[in-house]
Amino acid sequence: MAITEQELGLFKAIGNNDKGAIEAVYKENYSLIQHFVINNNGTEDDARDIFQEAMMVLYEKSRLPEFELTCQIRTYLYSVCRRLWLKKLQHSRRIESQVENFDRIVQVEDDIEEHDKLTRQYQTMRTAMGKIGEPCKSLIEAFYVHRKNMLEIAGFFGYTNADNAKNQKYKCLVRLKKLFFAQYKNA
Amino acid sequence: MEQFELAEVVERYLTGEMNPEEQRAFEEMRKNNPELDQTVVEYHYFLEQMGHYGEIRRFKSNLYDTHHTLQESGEIKELPLTTGTRIVNMWNKYRRVVAVAASIAGITALFISGMMTIFTPKAPFRDIEELRRKVSNLEKQSSNQRAEFNKFKTKIAPGSDVKFGGTSFMIDPKGYLVTSAHVLKGAKKIYVQSIQGEDFLAEIVHQDANADIAVIKINDQDFQSPKQLPYGFTRIQTDLSEAVYTLGYPKDEIVYNEGYLSARTGLEGDTMSCQITITANPGNSGGPVFNKNGEVIGILNARQASANGVVFATKSKNIFHLVETLKESDKDINIKLRNSSSIKGINRTQQVKKVQDHVYMVKVVLG
Repeated sequence: MAITEQELGLFKAIGNNDKGAIEAVYKENYSLIQHFVINNNGTEDDARDIFQEAMMVLYEKSRLPEFELTCQIRTYLYSVCRRLWLKKLQHSRRIESQVENFDRIVQVEDDIEEHDKLTRQYQTMRTAMGKIGEPCKSLIEAFYVHRKNMLEIAGFFGYTNADNAKNQKYKCLVRLKKLFFAQYKNA
Repeated sequence: MEQFELAEVVERYLTGEMNPEEQRAFEEMRKNNPELDQTVVEYHYFLEQMGHYGEIRRFKSNLYDTHHTLQESGEIKELPLTTGTRIVNMWNKYRRVVAVAASIAGITALFISGMMTIFTPKAPFRDIEELRRKVSNLEKQSSNQRAEFNKFKTKIAPGSDVKFGGTSFMIDPKGYLVTSAHVLKGAKKIYVQSIQGEDFLAEIVHQDANADIAVIKINDQDFQSPKQLPYGFTRIQTDLSEAVYTLGYPKDEIVYNEGYLSARTGLEGDTMSCQITITANPGNSGGPVFNKNGEVIGILNARQASANGVVFATKSKNIFHLVETLKESDKDINIKLRNSSSIKGINRTQQVKKVQDHVYMVKVVLG
């Protein structure tokens, strides 16, 4: 099946965290996944979680320069969701009914394995962040997650100038790094 | 060099913010100092992970927002339940009503036939009248009975030491509520009472005395979860002077109050809370603080005794934090906080009408 330029553009834009692209892919594919999950012993929440996790896989793939999209986004998402949902069903030992068939599925096992690895790394950082406490957590999030500059951060947290905020940020960073590597060794 | 200063130098080196000269000097130092070299390698990995972490968080938040936007615009709809489940649901929902109706019918029938056997052998004239009176009495009785069933009898055992603790509000339709941790101090049993006056048994899921927040869950078969909460939660800092309002139970009935944000920090510069100028009384603790968009910005928890109208609220980012911690520690707890309010843009009176159903009185039975 040929992949259109438009499809490839959409795929790249997902990797750039483009809101419009996310919305387009969401609109196009959500109900398919929703039907699939709900018709296979899932709930509304399960459908959302599975779909969003598949979107994460798509995002990670899009950011890899060497990855080449070989099928339509819809097929890819469906394949990932199917795999993820089956795994979850097996894991929770819910009654496993025959999962309905779909005409086209691609192999995604390796991609999901890769995704699980990234998720573990993400969780390592998340746990370290959870342990660092306030105000460090908010300070570091403001800089690295919300990408605020030091001047904005200083104003937000009530520091008198950007330099003081910066010093505090680095003090927090040193602590976070210790927590992160402690967590990293445990994992 | 202090640790944090080193961190700054390394980050500048890794992000390429150094000028060529500085960079050469730093690389020379790296070569001659294996310890520094190791630190740089560590930071390189750490900052890379930090970068990924940030990217994933940004992407996730976009996904979350998109889901809500599409749900609100109706482009994503919940699927209707399949027929089988719908009937089971209806049975669950109306089981009580059916039981009450059936027992009233049963009692009435027995009573009438009992009356019949007692009165039939006697002289017919007066007795018929009497019987009619009795029946109408009975009717009154059974309508009283019905009224009583509808009135939600209190579930709290008589003689229990009830302290009307405070206020709580729902954060997830599955029955999760938050309140102030101090409200639950010494609690043996906790009940929450809805605005309709119905009591539900609840249990503590988690409490954080430091931030003064507790999550409780309604654990009562009579509780019917709402489909969706009308309000969302915001992490964004509220501006000084911005209007806020709250709902709470300083008395047996829900009470509304409004005020404004007067300081971004709480008592003695506490950054976890903020200061609000509003009228609050004992019992308001644990109540939600909303901004004009109907988003929760905090939880009321204390007032300053020496000053009038100075009230402190725990910021809502602590709720986010607590929910995230809970998710990590217990996989079964699945609390989702809404980011956006569906009551944004409608007037205050209408907002309050929608919000009040989800604000509960907390009754604490002391152990």
